[in-house]
Amino acid sequence: MDILSLFVVVPILTMIGILFTKDLKGARMVSAIGMGIQLLMSFNLLFQYIAERKAGNTAEMVFTKSYVWFQSFNIHYDIGVDGIAVAMIMLTSIVVFAGVFSSWMTKELPREFFISLILLSSGVFGFFISLDMFTMFLFYELAVIPMYLLIGLWGSGNKEYSAMKLTLMLMGGSALLILGLLGIYFHSAPDGGQLTFNILEISKITIPHDTQMFFFPFLFVGFGVLGALFPFHTWSPDGHASAPTAVSMLHAGVLMKLGGYGCFRVAMFLLPDAAQEMGWLFLILTTVSVVYGAFGAIWQKDLKYINAYSSVSHCGLVIFALLMMNKTSMDGAILQMISHGLMTALFFALIGMIYGRTHTRNIFEMGGLMKVIPFISVVYVIAGLASLGLPGLSGFVAEMTIFVGSFQHADTFHRVCTILAASAIVITAVYILRVVGILLFGPVKNPEFNHLEDATWFEKVSMITLVVSIVIIGFAPLWLSEIIRDSLTPIVERLALAGN
Amino acid sequence: MIEGIDITHILIVSTCMFFIGVYGFLVRRNLITILMATELILNAVSINFVVLNKFIYPDVLQGYMFSVFIIAIAAAEAAVAIAIIINVYRRYRTINVENVHDMKY
Amino acid sequence: MDFTYTLAIIGLPFITFLILGLLHNKLSHKLAGIIGSSSLGISFILSCITAYFYFFKYGKIDGAYQKIEAFNITWLQLTDQLHIDMGILLDPISVMMLMVVTTVSLMVHIYSTGYMHGETGFNRFFAFLSLFSFSMLGLVVATNLFQMYIFWELVGVSSFLLIGYYYEKPSAVAASKKAFITTRFADLGFLIGILLLSFYTGTFDFFELTKTNGHELAMTMPAGTSFLGLSIVSWALILIFMGGAGKSAMFPLHIWLPDAMEGPTPVSALIHAATMVVAGVYLVARLFPVYVLEAPDALTVVMWVGAFSALFAAIIACTQFDIKRVLAFSTMSQIGYMMLALGVSHYGDHEGLGFMASMFHLTTHAMFKALLFLGAGSIIHAVHSNSMLDMGGLKKYMPITFITFGIAWLAICGFPGLSGFFSKDEILAAAYHHNKVVFYIAVLVAGLTAFYMSRLFFSIFFGKTQHYHHTPHESPASMTIPLIILAIFATFAGYIPFHDLITSDGRPFEAHIDWAIAIPVTLLAFGGMALAFAFYFKPSTMPDKIAASLKGVYTTIYRKFYIDEVYLFVTQKILFNIVSQSIAWFDRHIIDATMDGFATVTNYASESIKELQSGQIQKYGFVFISGVFVFAFILIYVFVY
Repeated sequence: MDILSLFVVVPILTMIGILFTKDLKGARMVSAIGMGIQLLMSFNLLFQYIAERKAGNTAEMVFTKSYVWFQSFNIHYDIGVDGIAVAMIMLTSIVVFAGVFSSWMTKELPREFFISLILLSSGVFGFFISLDMFTMFLFYELAVIPMYLLIGLWGSGNKEYSAMKLTLMLMGGSALLILGLLGIYFHSAPDGGQLTFNILEISKITIPHDTQMFFFPFLFVGFGVLGALFPFHTWSPDGHASAPTAVSMLHAGVLMKLGGYGCFRVAMFLLPDAAQEMGWLFLILTTVSVVYGAFGAIWQKDLKYINAYSSVSHCGLVIFALLMMNKTSMDGAILQMISHGLMTALFFALIGMIYGRTHTRNIFEMGGLMKVIPFISVVYVIAGLASLGLPGLSGFVAEMTIFVGSFQHADTFHRVCTILAASAIVITAVYILRVVGILLFGPVKNPEFNHLEDATWFEKVSMITLVVSIVIIGFAPLWLSEIIRDSLTPIVERLALAGN
Repeated sequence: MIEGIDITHILIVSTCMFFIGVYGFLVRRNLITILMATELILNAVSINFVVLNKFIYPDVLQGYMFSVFIIAIAAAEAAVAIAIIINVYRRYRTINVENVHDMKY
Repeated sequence: MDFTYTLAIIGLPFITFLILGLLHNKLSHKLAGIIGSSSLGISFILSCITAYFYFFKYGKIDGAYQKIEAFNITWLQLTDQLHIDMGILLDPISVMMLMVVTTVSLMVHIYSTGYMHGETGFNRFFAFLSLFSFSMLGLVVATNLFQMYIFWELVGVSSFLLIGYYYEKPSAVAASKKAFITTRFADLGFLIGILLLSFYTGTFDFFELTKTNGHELAMTMPAGTSFLGLSIVSWALILIFMGGAGKSAMFPLHIWLPDAMEGPTPVSALIHAATMVVAGVYLVARLFPVYVLEAPDALTVVMWVGAFSALFAAIIACTQFDIKRVLAFSTMSQIGYMMLALGVSHYGDHEGLGFMASMFHLTTHAMFKALLFLGAGSIIHAVHSNSMLDMGGLKKYMPITFITFGIAWLAICGFPGLSGFFSKDEILAAAYHHNKVVFYIAVLVAGLTAFYMSRLFFSIFFGKTQHYHHTPHESPASMTIPLIILAIFATFAGYIPFHDLITSDGRPFEAHIDWAIAIPVTLLAFGGMALAFAFYFKPSTMPDKIAASLKGVYTTIYRKFYIDEVYLFVTQKILFNIVSQSIAWFDRHIIDATMDGFATVTNYASESIKELQSGQIQKYGFVFISGVFVFAFILIYVFVY
């Protein structure tokens, strides 16, 4: 079994393992072990990758494997990773690991819950290792669909509505996506050869200009829906608000990154001319996303809504940076994906813990939590500081890389967009500090809260895993940034070629 | 071969039977009558099989075989249908199709 | 000389922070105090050694102090040219700042062991102090703009944490938020300034940016004018100064500083008087060659902002009753002085007098203002109130505080022979030769300073003796010893030969006291003190009468010219209520409603055609047979005719 396929196989084995368990205890134990193995494997993958590169392997993708899957349409199970995929796999395994520990006390249908959760994660892993657009799409759907069950069954509040809305909007995105993918597929052999879904092969040819212009919006918007691109982001607040903790973590932390990843790996990489020509339009939308999400977050009073809008703002910054189309800004975009994935997962984990104790998510009903649950509160402050871009935590690294990268465009349009986007860091500070001030500081508002208990061991595992990751990236970003930069070269070159 | 009776005459009879059956099927609301109308349609088809076999392909037996087959099917079908109808009657105290709409939409 | 050991100066407070932060439940208060103070003590000693080596042994080459890169690593590669480094830069001003920061920080650490005694958050307090010391030291030794920005943010957050130390007090939380957000807004300007400057110069590095060939910058800057007739470099530097102005509480970004006094008093002494708030001055000084040689327009902005803030704050300080707020406005006024001094300076030799004076004043001010704050803390500790209306006649209860506070008071008023006198005189002399208007503003501020400080001093220690619930008593030794040490510094810091050590181009020049300026200004200061003596030494109704006769003006000044209200209006009413509320509404009721609208339309459509699916086989059959007929007729029509 090759090193990459294991990332899909281990979750499947874990799911089968859960089938043989009887109750919550068994299910969570098996999940924790399975995802622990997954986490170790992703570390192993990282080191192997670095070793491979050190050994002088300059191929675009490493550890590639190809198995024919559907001969007549030339669909393959093509896998391989570059630095970006490795980084995203790291992110996913960390978040899933933390997510399992966050759902340690799932009371209802625990086995089914863990199975769906892990099914979702296997879809995400599959997505990141795929090089064949069809397989990629398959895994993409595999990641999106369990979400419906997870929210609809284990959610809270208006869960049926939210689950339906989220799934339908994402399915709408998928519909656009499959159109775009087929559009590329049917133009993948301009000289009359075999049509292909393989990204690397398509990246070697140039698709006719008109075709690119026609299909680019389908792909970009299709992935953009998942990346919370304004104005297709409204599934995010409702969906996150109703989702159970671990699902919010995974969804905001990892699934939304599928959107950004797809945007550059498929839409921009394969259709570079269109990306260059239509980039400005989406750049405006993302700039709006960034500022709009931040302002939207100021006014919310539900913790999850605040975080959902903040995600709109941060994920907007990801696509914003991708559209700046130079190496630095795209490097920043990937870093931002990772950083946002970690910190938003942390946020949702914390919100779940707070909700589990206080049974409310309305910030005005809480106050003074720092005094009663100091551990959780301190971690909340750390997450908040990461979110507003404090140096030493991951958010700063990503944001600064993005802004420096975006500033390399000397024209007024890009400058104005960059400055507007940069101004969001001030607004972010406002809403983060507002929440921290109301929620954690001040006198204890509700006397019942005096009896709350601080974090349990499994909650600590979840929090510490994420905090440590955030701090490591914040303190020593160079290695990660280098891995990503090197892998960006072909994409940036192809885009630059199209620009001229 | 029956003297003085042409294939056309028989086909006219069977066509009439068929359309009487179709008419009955469409307009009657009583399940039993609808069932009888279906029987008419089936029997019309049965007659057609026999007649056509007899007049056009006298040297083969497929037509006869089919009509026997249809009779068997019709019997089975009538049994099942009447069982359903009895159950419907027990549940709804009526066998008017318009009153049986719990599964609608 | 290998200066790599200077890493320990910065590293020790950080390690202390980690230890205190991670183990803060497990350590006893005493142990935490000892760990915090001793690690800062070692940093202090190392800084002294560094200063000695740098200034007197190895720093000077060819008669000029050089910039020494003690340590440098690449932290993050951004573009092919731009990379963020982390390193240690030693030059006269950074070594000076190392001394200032470690001295004041050490004093504050020792003082806090007494002041914060018995607080439940004692360990947390020391952890934050260490974090702050680490960040501030990292800031001053930054080798490049981005490193400075990084530590700039870190001092901002430590300030946030320390102002909000009493997190159960809503006013403290509000003040910490205000401080952070205001400075954050200013930092946005700083960031954009950095981006602009680095885009055109291709570097963040101070070595490359500030390298000069005689009286020219070695690096070629983009020429030509851009927006509003100022050059790109000017714009970049004005934006960078915006960050400095935010951190240094210059008008109009000063609103956070008075509120920041909600923090514990040692914090005010360390962060909001001596170190962090002068970071803006330090930033301008750090980039001074660029300012003075390439962007004189930006330097003019610095000058006017400084002059205006100095006057503005001095006027407000005359009317405040909260002793910490008086000191806060005094700090703002004195920092305005330093900015002003930088603004009037030129480059090289005696022309660079303003630069030297600014740094000189920064040092002396750090000493006496820290002393004032710590003294104020000692008084608050005894009286349990911040308001000078609750004080009076404390002289006999707190002799040590009285004497040390008195020294600081005389120093800030510019009493001849004490530190403030020398540095202030240099600033006035520099201003006199450059811009007369600014000079007269500075003189006026000197007079006002003498007045409000004397007002403060007399109302606390003399005036009417209040009826105290507990008889005030002198603070413990852990608090008085730092006071005494700082009093010694505040007295003698003026005798440091700054013109030999810290100059705009690194070369020493001749400077002496300009008596023609010093004498009249000193007399003016005495006048201010005399006025305050008349008003406040004995209980008097005069001040109230004057205030009553100038009612409108007085209230305006007392309410700090309503700047806070303007900010509140803009942020609360416009941004918060109008912009974000309407965006939140728009998102729910327009965008989301559109999405829901698609679903609703689909629903209606299916509702209206679902009748077709009646479930009645007869209807289906009818349709089917009609279809057959239609089809049959068509076929017959086509094939037969």
